[in-house]
Amino acid sequence: MTPSTRPMRFSLPARVLHWLMAPAIFVMLLLGSGLVTTVSIWRPLLLDTHKTLGMLLLLLVLLRLAIRLTRGAPALPSNMPGWQRGLAHLSHWLLYGLMLAMPLIGWAMLSAAGYPLPGIGGWHVPALMAPDVVRYALLRHAHGVLGRVFFWVILVHLCAGLAHALLLRDGVFNSMALRLRR
Amino acid sequence: MVRLRFSTGWPMATSLPPLRALRQALHLPPDAPVLRPALWIGAAALAVLGAYGAAAGWFSPQRLSPRRIINTFNANFGEHPGYRRNHAKGVCVLGYFEGNGSASSLSTAAVFGTTRTPVVGRFAVPGGNPGIADGSVPVRSMALQFSSPGGEQWRMGMNNAALFTVNTPQAFYQQLIATRPDPATGKPDPARVKAFYAAHPESAAALAWGKSHPPSTGLGNGTYYSINAFELIDAHGEKHAVRWAMQPEQPYAALGKPAPTDPDFLSHDLQQQLQQGPLRWHLILTLAAPGDPTNDATRAWPADRPTVDAGTLTLQNSAPQADGPCRDINFDPTILPHGVALSDDPLLAARQGAYSRSFNLRTHEEAAAQTPAARKVNP
Repeated sequence: MTPSTRPMRFSLPARVLHWLMAPAIFVMLLLGSGLVTTVSIWRPLLLDTHKTLGMLLLLLVLLRLAIRLTRGAPALPSNMPGWQRGLAHLSHWLLYGLMLAMPLIGWAMLSAAGYPLPGIGGWHVPALMAPDVVRYALLRHAHGVLGRVFFWVILVHLCAGLAHALLLRDGVFNSMALRLRR
Repeated sequence: MVRLRFSTGWPMATSLPPLRALRQALHLPPDAPVLRPALWIGAAALAVLGAYGAAAGWFSPQRLSPRRIINTFNANFGEHPGYRRNHAKGVCVLGYFEGNGSASSLSTAAVFGTTRTPVVGRFAVPGGNPGIADGSVPVRSMALQFSSPGGEQWRMGMNNAALFTVNTPQAFYQQLIATRPDPATGKPDPARVKAFYAAHPESAAALAWGKSHPPSTGLGNGTYYSINAFELIDAHGEKHAVRWAMQPEQPYAALGKPAPTDPDFLSHDLQQQLQQGPLRWHLILTLAAPGDPTNDATRAWPADRPTVDAGTLTLQNSAPQADGPCRDINFDPTILPHGVALSDDPLLAARQGAYSRSFNLRTHEEAAAQTPAARKVNP
């Protein structure tokens, strides 16, 4: 797609998914960091919600990646310095990668531990692999480390988004804003 | 274009050198608002950071976490890499459970139907020392994992005591600290133990129960209790508060004193018995009456509560835990099938958290022992 034909904004489905997933992912990070540090009576509920919401977010990110790959992204402002462009692309693909990797690692890790998987009633999603605690140990470790990385990347992304909206006012924030009219 | 309006107030502030520098760096016009946007961005970042930090416990160092509980087990019993942090010494068992349909009106759980469900289990003695002598503690545990078709599981962790000594995770943690062995004597300081029980009168019932119920001669003739209350959920969605026990078909006989000299007499005896034939237990459900405590594992329910024999557990084989099928199972009692739910007992959440931490640590140690690459990763 050449720059002249690229849209000014992300497609409406992409924008709706962004604003649906953003709070859900933040809640996932709170649930994850909260449940590993508490023995309060809420813990089982936090864990169940974390697993179920994680599976739901996996479906949403697959949909989102499909939309991103077919509908593309708007061009960045032409006067944006090269380092900002590089950083923007890096952080966006890092975010997509983490959005996809976190639920997949979570699913694989529960499978490797032999834990029952989330489901509806008596039906459970299938295991991704046979139980294997050596794999579980590595996946569980990765899930925790990447979760912490995810939080800091999101924090930087939030600051950058607000900087585009409030300081630079260059249309970059507007390209993902939910409002229908420009 | 987003056009957020900011008041043109603060004429002095907008001309401060750092703000001028920021404007230049971002190629903004000299009159572009900078201070307020920067404050908003900072406030938003702080709010997000604060919410995450609050969830992760950054501001509550006194919070009782699974890590603190498990670190206390390590401090009490020493480091034993690869082993469970509690109930470290155990033996795997294999068998099946046959429901008889009697409990199907109380719960939709598949295991209660007239069906055979494969079971992997583990008998153990408490404490974090895998080399403990079987006769040195009166408590034994039976842990089971029922695997139903479709990926459903039921995991249980039961003790041979009907009552627990504490009813909150905090008291459990304090009990762990109070019973920490003195490095000089290798035994808990009697004064500290006495002070703990004086401060926790709820322990009296469990201690008295233990005195009047000596442990059985073997694993096969012991009764194992659910410790906590749970809820059975029937086909109409009605909940029934329940405690349960695995009652042996073999007659109970009290273990005499002194205990057998073989430090592994429990697993050796079990192995011998299973060579002669399978061992059986009946799953006896005890149903609460309204008002019976479901959130207090230290209090017994009245003896006249109705019971239901829900089916028979048959154990056929045992295997050493070092490479047996129970080694890699976390017997987390909050893993329940459809038709069984958690009660309001606060110990259950703590068991979930602490067992999970123990499982993560020991599987990590197992991985480190097996793969050189994993040695570099720290938990």
